[in-house]
Amino acid sequence: MMFRAFMDGPFGPSKWMTLFSDFSEIFLIGFFTTLKVASLGLCLALVLGIVFGVFSTSNSKILRTIARVYVEIWQNTPLVIQIFFLYNGLPRFGLVWSQFVIGVIGVGLYHGAYISEVVRTGIEAIPKGQYEAAASQGFTYLQTMRYIILPQSIKIILPPLTNQALNLVKNTSVLAMIAGGDLMYHADSWSTYKLVYGPTYIVTGMLYFVICYPLSKLAERLEKKSKEDAPAPVGSDDAGKGGAEA
Amino acid sequence: MSEIFTFDNVRFLAQGLGMTIMIALITIVLSIFFGSILAIAKNYGNKFFSKLASAYIELFRCTPNLLWILAIRFMVPIPPLASGVLSFTLFTTAVVAEIIRGGLNSIPKGQFEGAASQGFTFVQTLWYIVLPQCFMKIVPSLLSQMITIIKDTSFLWAVAIEEFTGKSMILMGQLRTGGQVLCLFAVIAGVYFLLNFTLSCVVRKRQEKSAI
Repeated sequence: MMFRAFMDGPFGPSKWMTLFSDFSEIFLIGFFTTLKVASLGLCLALVLGIVFGVFSTSNSKILRTIARVYVEIWQNTPLVIQIFFLYNGLPRFGLVWSQFVIGVIGVGLYHGAYISEVVRTGIEAIPKGQYEAAASQGFTYLQTMRYIILPQSIKIILPPLTNQALNLVKNTSVLAMIAGGDLMYHADSWSTYKLVYGPTYIVTGMLYFVICYPLSKLAERLEKKSKEDAPAPVGSDDAGKGGAEA
Repeated sequence: MSEIFTFDNVRFLAQGLGMTIMIALITIVLSIFFGSILAIAKNYGNKFFSKLASAYIELFRCTPNLLWILAIRFMVPIPPLASGVLSFTLFTTAVVAEIIRGGLNSIPKGQFEGAASQGFTFVQTLWYIVLPQCFMKIVPSLLSQMITIIKDTSFLWAVAIEEFTGKSMILMGQLRTGGQVLCLFAVIAGVYFLLNFTLSCVVRKRQEKSAI
């Protein structure tokens, strides 16, 4: 009786057999699509993030406003709505993209806004005096950024940036909602078709874990390192009362 | 414009918005409760509980939310609203636990020693001294998390739970012209934006206040 229940149960061996017979055709293909969308999306997000992050710290009011508007709109609306707009809205105006392209652009734009804020915080953490010192040595704005500000900011930026990369990988799963051919889409459609749920979710979870866990550990290491490198703030012993500069 | 936003349609959308806000509110309350337990277990628990809490946090940090939404919806036989709340509470608890841990770590050690010298037990120290200060500090982070939850509830449409995104997409299916579609998208995005932007303004105000 118990044995029967186990054999026919949601985690029974036959379900696992079904899963592994389709593993390479369904899950691995989805896994690599997810990897591709995530890496291209991350590249786009990095470019947008650096450009708009630098914009939002520039002296030009127009550039700052443009960066602000981009960040606020993309951070305050759901990724799902943004993706649906690219998938269902734009084709009405003759702009048809494949789900793969929508994934890269959608996730890239969404996390670009977050990375822009990460970059801005990193740049703003560098004392103003450094700009003045650079200017006094005849550095142009771009040179100051390239040789003085960004190399220092990168240490502050890296831990939250790694977190963004992790979230980006997880968020590529939004493609499942527009039949995007990524890992989550394959897992969802295959499990509904074959009625194999439990094992599918476990295997899918493990495949995402394989990508995300190293990123998570990397973020943790970088965070520890940047805390060790940072000089202790003045009066940090009495930081209890209103002294949280972090 | 007036064709889309008839009285019935607006009420239809408002029901969805109500569902979204309800899921977000219940989730944040439950997550603060379970997140506190998890954070305390990870920070002050013995080796076993500390490792267990770390494993929970790491597991949910490294797997997509949508996976849990699907798994809960298809494997746990409960009504849609409960299913949404359960899946959101599961992964939000992990995030909130880390936020609370950040708050706990920012409380100086001296406070524990001071409390101990006054005869407070460990639980009393946590309840009367450490947690109140911790929560005052993490209000901005918790509100930011609220924004994330409100946005992410739109993932629930993947399992046909009719929150705001779901209701909007049902309505979207009835529209004919591109102009109407664009208009509805603008309104949906606008509603989410207003809700979240207001919250993010509160976050910024609190952060500025605590920075001074």
